[in-house]
Amino acid sequence: MVTLHFVPYTDIEALSSIGRIRHLLNFAKQNKIVLLQGRLRKEEEAELIKVTMEEINKEFRGIELAVINPTQTAEDTLSKLKYDFLGMILGDRSGLTIIGPASVVKAISKDPHKIELYTQEVKRKRRR
Amino acid sequence: MISRFTTWISKLFSNFSQKKTMKLGIYGPPNSGKTTLANKICQDWLGQNLGSVSPIAHETREVQIKESLSIKSKDGRELVFNLVDTPGIATRIDFEDFLKAGMSEGKAKKRAREATKGVIDAIKWLDEMDTVLVVLDATSDPYSQVNITIIGNLAARNIPVLVVANKTDLRKSNLKKVQAAFPQYEVIGISAKYGKNVDELYETLFKLANR
Repeated sequence: MVTLHFVPYTDIEALSSIGRIRHLLNFAKQNKIVLLQGRLRKEEEAELIKVTMEEINKEFRGIELAVINPTQTAEDTLSKLKYDFLGMILGDRSGLTIIGPASVVKAISKDPHKIELYTQEVKRKRRR
Repeated sequence: MISRFTTWISKLFSNFSQKKTMKLGIYGPPNSGKTTLANKICQDWLGQNLGSVSPIAHETREVQIKESLSIKSKDGRELVFNLVDTPGIATRIDFEDFLKAGMSEGKAKKRAREATKGVIDAIKWLDEMDTVLVVLDATSDPYSQVNITIIGNLAARNIPVLVVANKTDLRKSNLKKVQAAFPQYEVIGISAKYGKNVDELYETLFKLANR
């Protein structure tokens, strides 16, 4: 079973960079796919990868990450301008970030027109 | 905010000391051919390799540096830089992938452990770079978030970037797709393994470094 966990931007807005990362990573470590409203800052994305690497162990093998930024997907100048303007107002609230634990999400394939998320069954250890 | 200010101050002061040798970083995802390119550059100008290469991902797990490498342009200009080859940046590292590649459990776990440290080091080194070659595998999906995060972070730090689409000798390679993914950057297609188009890469480096 796959669990999707939606995180509204207001949940992370007041947190520090490391607080945001820990908040999101905690859900991923519980084998939940996180759907974050908005985006992390670029530096925070790199920090997320760094913290993920620090947390890797037998159970947690890392994450799959995808960020949808409407400004980057706009194809013509007019829509780019429109999204740039919206970006000025909304800041990092616009777009969507997907963080999936590597044990659940096999891969995320992304191109400007679509995102495909491939999942795999979580291997659970039997309790004796 | 404070870290941005300190970075700005350190960059400002480093600009006064123009004698500082430029650091040219090689970044990218695992197995894109970063060390193959670093070796090609070192072979062309020093006659020696920088590191070992392998078809198994995360062969480079430590930052490798070749200091004071000097290259010459066709019109006789000289560019001296420290070449910094970094471990591939990934968001997941699973020792079972190394087991599948035929490694023993002990070696696979050790490689995974070292690889995670390598990724952390590569990210820490981002602030040290003056210019970066982002090496991508032209046969793979260029829209991978790791590629976008690396390039986005370099842009946020105002570090000049050249996107190098490697492995253009392979039939599956798609240079146009890489160019379409990063329209705001110069993208150059090469085959580091066979040296295809590497001379053009050297000429572009001079442009990038403003020499």
